[in-house]
Amino acid sequence: MPARRLAILGALMAAACVLYLTWGARGGDLGFVIGFRTGKLAALVTVAIAVALSTLLFQTVTGNRILTPSIMGFDALFLLIRTTLVWALGATAYAALDPGLFFLAQAAIMMAAALLLFGVMLRGGQRDLNRLVLSGVVLGIGLRSLTAFLQRMIDPNAFAVIQATSFARFNRIEQDGLLIAAVTVAISAAAIWRWHRVLDAMELGRETAIGLGVEYDRMVRRALLVVAALVSVSTALAGPMVFVGLLVVSLARVALPTHRNAVLIPGAVMVAVLLLVLGQTVFERVLSLQSTLSIAIEFFGGLVFLTLIFRRSRS
Amino acid sequence: MRRNPTIPLLALGVPVLALASLMIGADTIALADLLHDPQARLLIVAGRLPRTIAAILTGAALAAAGLIMQILSRNRFVEPATAGTAQSAALGIVLVTLLAPGWGLPAKMMAAILAALAGTAGFLALVSRLPVHQPLLVPLTGLVYGGVIGAAVSFTAYEADLLQYVDIWTNGEFSAVVRGRYEMLWVAAGAAALTYAAADQLTIVGLGRDTAINLGLGYRQVMALGLLAVSVVTAVTVVTVGLVPFVGLVVPNIVSRICGDNLRRSLPLVALTGAGLVLGCDILGRIVRHPHEVPVGTVMGIVGAVTFLWLLNARRSDAR
Repeated sequence: MPARRLAILGALMAAACVLYLTWGARGGDLGFVIGFRTGKLAALVTVAIAVALSTLLFQTVTGNRILTPSIMGFDALFLLIRTTLVWALGATAYAALDPGLFFLAQAAIMMAAALLLFGVMLRGGQRDLNRLVLSGVVLGIGLRSLTAFLQRMIDPNAFAVIQATSFARFNRIEQDGLLIAAVTVAISAAAIWRWHRVLDAMELGRETAIGLGVEYDRMVRRALLVVAALVSVSTALAGPMVFVGLLVVSLARVALPTHRNAVLIPGAVMVAVLLLVLGQTVFERVLSLQSTLSIAIEFFGGLVFLTLIFRRSRS
Repeated sequence: MRRNPTIPLLALGVPVLALASLMIGADTIALADLLHDPQARLLIVAGRLPRTIAAILTGAALAAAGLIMQILSRNRFVEPATAGTAQSAALGIVLVTLLAPGWGLPAKMMAAILAALAGTAGFLALVSRLPVHQPLLVPLTGLVYGGVIGAAVSFTAYEADLLQYVDIWTNGEFSAVVRGRYEMLWVAAGAAALTYAAADQLTIVGLGRDTAINLGLGYRQVMALGLLAVSVVTAVTVVTVGLVPFVGLVVPNIVSRICGDNLRRSLPLVALTGAGLVLGCDILGRIVRHPHEVPVGTVMGIVGAVTFLWLLNARRSDAR
């Protein structure tokens, strides 16, 4: 049953990608149009995979369906790190830097900071989920305000550098550091795939997982590092998105009613690619709306979040 | 009743801050200049005095509105800026600007108030269905509810090229406040002051619907009054200076720890503390990168988030 659904999802995903590449592409220079769009598609797919995997991994490790890295403020933390770095370096030194190298430095700091900050917050397991989520949301607001504050402190040249990356956007995703980003996502995906049985055990709760022989706390730390790396990729490429991951993973859980990560990992990735690519095609080509897919996704993701809260509180 | 040193301290602190607010700005003005320099007098009367008054009015009104909102929803961690009221007000202005561009400011203000009313009523209806034993779900729902309405605002504004307008309303800032541009805030302060007349009734409403009705209170009327006051305060401040987050959340929580939940006693203190907080944050935003400015909404975002996190997680010491 899951195999068939995965196959259907895969086919839909492939169809969406083909549609994205070919819709409205006519005239003599078909090769150029498709080549141009392939770059954008690759970036979009990278972002989709990073968002889906980071959210799924985070939800499995924390043992709940509502929390996502973005809701806990991971995106905000990344933007704060980026702003702080640009502020400390200055615009000229920043411009001279290799973008790939800069991304790696940011991702490394991000991983350390996430381990420090969220490792402390998550310690003690699922003691009080509501308090944890609320703290995360408020932390996110605080980090965003702190970023806005720093942006006021830096000079206009440096500000221009940061401004472009402070908003969610899918139609002009950065393609500069795409290769490094894709490699990061591939390594993370490989790690997550190797862990999928351990993750199944971790979803049963801390005590049970330890009883089954999982090095629970060490796995949580590792998972946080991978989540931080993946969020670095998605935020660097497409900007901060609060509810995309939640929407994608919730949809995947509806489409594939299972707890097995061996099914959920590819499933979430396919749903994410399908949603982002199809949504972008419809918004950009069919409706000719400008870069509002992210806002629409935030809208529906927020509704999903409210539904989840209400369903959980009733049960 | 033990004497509390905070009240005289605050009563003294706000005028001191107000004086500092008059003295701080891009240009330095010595007190002696006021006597013979008409330019300096104009700067004070038309620029800094309105700004200082605006900060005081905004802080007092928002803090009071936050307290009322917390009583209406019977939850400590709620305020208009984080529960959809402010976002609804912004949605109201955007829609009016699109549908009836010719309407003047009073009409837009009315639309903002009506939208804020509807949005807040929607929030209260939503959270009344949440289980009582999970109080933290209420602010969480409010934040996301506000986020969803905010996304609707962004979507509409983006399609209609109104994003810059929306930015004015979503980030609280006093730098554009001059004489003639802030007077609507008196309406907000008036609405907040009006709730003081109903302070006892609101205190009883805070005990819950059944208790209030058993005590012979016109529950629905008092709820409606509170709702109206919150909506007016929020809509007017959003239209005039923009969204200032966390004031209505942080201040009532701290005051309630000091002097409890009797509104007759706590409401003036809440208003005073709110005025001091916003004034202080505005001054901080002005001196940290002198002569440039950091918007008060940004400063409040940092100060408020830190305080909120503390309120949320450091509650072990008091009875709960």
